[in-house]
Amino acid sequence: MDSYDIPESTPSASSRPEDYFVGATPLQKRLESIRKQTSFIPTPPRRKIPQCSQLQEDADPQNVAFLLHKQWTLYSLTPLYKFSYSHLKEYSRLLNAFIVAEKQKGLAVEVGEDFNIKVIFSTLLGMKGTQRDPEAFLVQILSKSQLPSENREGKVLWTGWFCCIFGDSLLETVSEDFTCLPLFLANGAESNTAIIGTWFQKTFDCYFSPLAINAFNLSWMAAMWTACKVDHYVATTEFLWSVPCSPQSLDISYAIHPEDAKALWDSIHKTPGEVTQEEVDLFMDCLYSHFHRHFKIHLSATRLVRVSTSVASAHTDGKIKILCHKYLIGVLAYLTELAVFQIE
Amino acid sequence: MSPQKRVKNVKAQNRTSQDSNSFQTTLSAWKVKQGPSNSKNISKHGQNNPVGDYEHADDQAEDALQMAVGYFEKGPIKTSQNKDKTLEKHLKTVENVAWKNGLASEEIDILLNIALSGKFGNAVNTRILKCMIPATVISQDSVVKAVSWLCVDKCSGSTKVLFYRWLVAMFDFIDRKEQINLLYGFFFASLQDDALCPYVCHLLYLLTKKENVKPFRVRKLLDLQAKMGMQPHLQALLSLYKFFAPALISVSLPVRKKIYFKNSENLWKMALLAVKQRNRGPSPEPLKLMLGPANVRPLKRKWNSLSVIPVLNSSSYTKECGKKEMSLSDYLNRSGSFPLEQLKSFPQLLQNIHCLELPSQMGSVLNNSLLLHYINCVRDEPVLLRFYYWLSQTLQEECIWYKVNNYEHGKEFTNFLDTIIRAECFLQEGFYSCEAFLYKSLPLWDGLCCRSQFLQLVSWIPFSSFSEVKPLLFDHLAQLFFTSTIYFKCSVLQSLKELLQNWLLWLSMDIHMKPVTNSPLETTLGGSMNSVSKLIHYVGWLSTTAMRLESNSTFLLHFILDFYEKVCDIYINYDLPLVVLFPPGIFYSALLSLDTSILNQLCFIMHRYRKNLTAAKKNELVQKTKSEFNFSSKTYQEFNHYLTSMVGCLWTSKPFGKGIYIDPEILEKTGVTEYKNSLNVIHHPSFLSYAVSFLLQESPEERTVNMSSIQGKKWSWYLDYLFSQGLQGLKLFIRSSVHHSSVPRAEGINYNNQY
Repeated sequence: MDSYDIPESTPSASSRPEDYFVGATPLQKRLESIRKQTSFIPTPPRRKIPQCSQLQEDADPQNVAFLLHKQWTLYSLTPLYKFSYSHLKEYSRLLNAFIVAEKQKGLAVEVGEDFNIKVIFSTLLGMKGTQRDPEAFLVQILSKSQLPSENREGKVLWTGWFCCIFGDSLLETVSEDFTCLPLFLANGAESNTAIIGTWFQKTFDCYFSPLAINAFNLSWMAAMWTACKVDHYVATTEFLWSVPCSPQSLDISYAIHPEDAKALWDSIHKTPGEVTQEEVDLFMDCLYSHFHRHFKIHLSATRLVRVSTSVASAHTDGKIKILCHKYLIGVLAYLTELAVFQIE
Repeated sequence: MSPQKRVKNVKAQNRTSQDSNSFQTTLSAWKVKQGPSNSKNISKHGQNNPVGDYEHADDQAEDALQMAVGYFEKGPIKTSQNKDKTLEKHLKTVENVAWKNGLASEEIDILLNIALSGKFGNAVNTRILKCMIPATVISQDSVVKAVSWLCVDKCSGSTKVLFYRWLVAMFDFIDRKEQINLLYGFFFASLQDDALCPYVCHLLYLLTKKENVKPFRVRKLLDLQAKMGMQPHLQALLSLYKFFAPALISVSLPVRKKIYFKNSENLWKMALLAVKQRNRGPSPEPLKLMLGPANVRPLKRKWNSLSVIPVLNSSSYTKECGKKEMSLSDYLNRSGSFPLEQLKSFPQLLQNIHCLELPSQMGSVLNNSLLLHYINCVRDEPVLLRFYYWLSQTLQEECIWYKVNNYEHGKEFTNFLDTIIRAECFLQEGFYSCEAFLYKSLPLWDGLCCRSQFLQLVSWIPFSSFSEVKPLLFDHLAQLFFTSTIYFKCSVLQSLKELLQNWLLWLSMDIHMKPVTNSPLETTLGGSMNSVSKLIHYVGWLSTTAMRLESNSTFLLHFILDFYEKVCDIYINYDLPLVVLFPPGIFYSALLSLDTSILNQLCFIMHRYRKNLTAAKKNELVQKTKSEFNFSSKTYQEFNHYLTSMVGCLWTSKPFGKGIYIDPEILEKTGVTEYKNSLNVIHHPSFLSYAVSFLLQESPEERTVNMSSIQGKKWSWYLDYLFSQGLQGLKLFIRSSVHHSSVPRAEGINYNNQY
């Protein structure tokens, strides 16, 4: 009986993956998913238009107001090991000590004085896509005021927050020892981000990587954010392209009235509630051809570096500013997706 | 020339004289010193010795420096007419050497004396002081001597200021400070000089110890502050005093931080960096950072400034975090845990493996072989996952062709990959992170950057289903393979051979371990073998195409046959039920090769195939139950076909009958009459030269050689001759596959291939 036959040139039929990995470890499962990701198109060809989520409505708008209109630098973050929401106070104390130690390192001048900072960890209630998403949390560094007469709460020196919006794909692959908050946003001096990041990396064995947004994803953002219904537009829709030429690169800015952009989108858009890859391509192509008609420049040959709309604005360097409270979760969901993709 | 310098040179000579070559160089350097008349001669001599030239130049510079120092030591010569010119020349020399390599502590000693003794003018003193940059350290005595010059008041106020600034800037490079501290009172008294005050304050700030803080000094400082107002430098000193002796100072000092001292070392900023670097040893990082502020990812560098791999630390933070909530049992457990810092030997690891305190950052195990052992045997998912995430992200962050303009970190990345590969070799196991990294990065790889490392990573891909991995890895690799040079092709084949070997080792281990533990990959043996056989077929396809592209290069063929040397022995060497033959494109290329070593290798491989197939057949007969892995009759047929061809060509001189079939009509058309024996062990192009030298050895004076004379007994002698020439593969092949009777050329050859 020749049940095992050596294939001639074509592989034999018995190559079902189930044969290979019956009880695979989580690591192997992860590898499997990476294989799938890598072998197909990296991003799904269709996404939902950001909607106002129920969970977010539960949250106090005051709570998240300070997250808007600020420029955040984006990072992806691997799962935190042994992070516990019940120890936030303890973490504040430890991080405070760490920052002070780091700041004093190598400075002879700083003898015997207290660094007047205060570190606060707090959760951001309601900042999640599904109930399964772990709670988002915020880290703030405040300067303690010198004089007691002044406002007790000092100036905010640095803010950073960790969140996970619709992070199901990541959540499935890790055990309970880990807390998945793949998206990290920081505002403040980069030196502070570095110190705090280092502390997190040392304490929770995680890894921060700057999250850049490539032109492909910027186009998606442009389309999805144009598709959002905004009550009143606060900013024009603007695109920035960069032409790499020496000695200085040339930037091309392209501003459109948001209502015109919406009109263009509505003429393209077919399936309600969803955005497809074809629609995104078509949307951008329309913009390109319009520009070419007027200026005889093929924008498709340049690099898209920034997109700003009334919903949010994003830069390819990984900087984002969210303007619209209503679509906060929607914007973060897409960013979470990008962050998860980067760490997978 | 100073005596120290001479001693140094002799030492240098002793050191280098061990090998004659460098002895020569040193000699030439000595000759230069004898007089300028020799120099031409020497430079000619040095031409064929670039190292010598380099040393030569260096030595010349040092020589000039010695002369300059000597000049300054003597003092200005009043009579000399072109005094300014000479002075300028020597100053330049000192400055150049100082900024380039720094000055030895003896030189600093001399020059410092000169600068503060007032022998020369103010401008000269300033210039000398500005270039008092140590090569490594400054001796404490020099400083004490210099301070003593301040007492005689021979130098101007500005020189003094500069001296204090220099002292502050170089403070860390002074070898010892006890004696300088003894001068505390003197420095303190200098505070009264308004111009000096800020710099003296800074110096005192660096110098002050607890015992220096005295009530009378505090009073003095407070007086000064009352006189001069709230000066930041005085405040700094006062706050330091207050820190040491809080009882003595009741005034409240502002808590708000400011830069107390103006950056007084900024004159020497670059020089300081250079000295630090020299003292620390080779590490080009800091200077580079200074020069290139427009780094693409400065953040990354800042976060992990020292090395990519984190330092080994036991998980103290997390431990501390939970301290309050820890129960008694936790405490008991804790006391039993074994701190990583104490882990030094393998027996220690074995004893404490159950209670090892894991590092706070799993990535640090990469540098610790003991912990790699641990990682290897532990099946604790969080541990592996932490390592996986760390390694994946680090590879992604460090990978240089992901980012434009990041090539300056190429060396760092190469080193990192080397570390990973070392760890993988050590564990004899690949990391999943590396595989995932290859999926993402291979499509973007140019085939050049870190080639050796990258191909080694390929060879450590953990065993998995080939058909799944193929589109992700091997298809991309194939594109590079076909479009690159022959050397790249050979390297790829080499790493695929290693990959095959790693897979086979892993599988053979796995099969034997199965009864004991559950392997992480619950694979069926059939599935595994299928995957391996696909890999072999894939390499066969690559090889065949590559042979065509490289027009049957012998060099390439060697690498291909090396691969098949692994393949042919799978059944016996690894105890795995698999025999895959080579494709015809490889077999016939090797059989008809002009290179004897190729043919020899082919013979060896055929011999091993035979052994393996025979062993498999025997096993099949013995244990009828395990019929799942019986080889198909096709494999045997294929082998027999090859064997027939080979024997037909090399032995029976019937080349185009059973094996390679060529229509007799076509053969006739070629017009070659004696084609039948043209591929046997005598006439085969790769053996012909052996046959000739064999015959010449027999009868050296013969002008013409008669090939057909090798018959009968001579045939056996000829074979012995071939075997004695190192053709072991041929020997094994003939011994096993050709059964020859006493009349070898006759029909009595019976190759027992009837399975």
